[in-house]
Amino acid sequence: METYYHPHDLSKFAEMGKGNKELWEKFIGYYDAVFAEGALSEREKALIALGVAHAVQCPYCIDAYSQNCLEKGSNVEEMTEAVHVACAIRGGSSLVHGVQMRNVVDKLSM
Amino acid sequence: MGLTLLSRRDPLASSEGQLKRLAAAKACPPFQEKLVAAGIDPLHATGITVFQINVGKFCNQSCRHCHVDAGPERTEQMTRETAELCIRALSQTDIPTVDITGGAPELNPNFRWLVEQARALERHVIDRCNLTVLLLKPQADLAGFLARNRVEVVASLPYFLSAQTDAQRGDGVFEKSILAMQMLNGLGYGVDGSGLALNLVHNPVGAFLPAKQDAAESQFRRELSRRHGVTFNHLYTITNMPISRFLDFLIESGNYESYMERLANAFNPTAAAGVMCRYTLSVGWEGTLYDCDFNQMLDMPLADGAPRHIRDFDTAKLNTRRIVTANHCYGCTAGSGSSCGGAVS
Repeated sequence: METYYHPHDLSKFAEMGKGNKELWEKFIGYYDAVFAEGALSEREKALIALGVAHAVQCPYCIDAYSQNCLEKGSNVEEMTEAVHVACAIRGGSSLVHGVQMRNVVDKLSM
Repeated sequence: MGLTLLSRRDPLASSEGQLKRLAAAKACPPFQEKLVAAGIDPLHATGITVFQINVGKFCNQSCRHCHVDAGPERTEQMTRETAELCIRALSQTDIPTVDITGGAPELNPNFRWLVEQARALERHVIDRCNLTVLLLKPQADLAGFLARNRVEVVASLPYFLSAQTDAQRGDGVFEKSILAMQMLNGLGYGVDGSGLALNLVHNPVGAFLPAKQDAAESQFRRELSRRHGVTFNHLYTITNMPISRFLDFLIESGNYESYMERLANAFNPTAAAGVMCRYTLSVGWEGTLYDCDFNQMLDMPLADGAPRHIRDFDTAKLNTRRIVTANHCYGCTAGSGSSCGGAVS
């Protein structure tokens, strides 16, 4: 079935460098630096990436960072909690906009 | 746990079946091409510092990833006669380390004799231990025997949680493993200053590469201490080799091609130059010689010109022998590399 997303396209990511090599190299240099061991461990960064992948709902990122989290030593319980963090922030961001709703209602109501 | 491939009469029980499948992998070029590109083909031994003896396939466990296809129903066991040939060969050398594996090597009737003889030759002895063997009633004195003989214990523990460990090694194995480690700690194993080394082996519980060794070691140390009061010396990360029961898992789970691709993409020339086969000699339960325990399970004997049996042991011919490789070797050269002593680079 034709779909917009294909798992094998993930391995073609580097082809984005063909359109503009300089920008691609800058992006990859930055990307690698971001995920290197720093104040946060590589394992912690992979868990954050997994949560963000779910928040932005990127199937490529979910594929890549599910494997990456396992390869950094995380387990499915930790990974599930990371997804719940994304879920809580996404849900919370909807809910907190309810304050805006209440402000409108308050203004319009007697 | 499931039965062995052999008792299931699975085609992968034969080395031919495995090698055929490995050679047919579409996701990776032939391993030798990678060696050529890295400028290290042909790969040669650099001497022998580890004399590894596989005493047989009998084991009290049937782990899902086992590269030996070991289990309780396997009967292959090294005889005293072959064990004596091993000790005779060893005595002709100054090889410092004797690494005894299986199966569960301790269940071979000649295990303790081998340990005592190797120690009498003043060699460092490693026991590759599945931990649960220490709790078997007939082996009640095993831990004490290992401690008295100053044997290094290299113990399998894939993860610091029961779900993952039991998924790979069998129901209840984690709990028994913790009890065994607590018993070893009680004898001084893994305790600073005792001189009794307890090192752990971590294999990923699935079709992915192991974590970086230093990071995984810190994580295991923290979690095992916090949860169970267990201590150890070092953690070795070992990549699962795409042979035998792990190969079966890869195929059955639809992960075979992607795993081979992952291994090949992670090929590390530095790790390839330092692989353990370059400094190890592996002896099979029948006395046949191999470059490593994995080649042994694939029935890939030493290259032409090198002695093929322990009775023909010849240091000069073995020290610089050409290493025999195939696509499974990607397992030792991926990422930080993998060996019986953990990461290579």
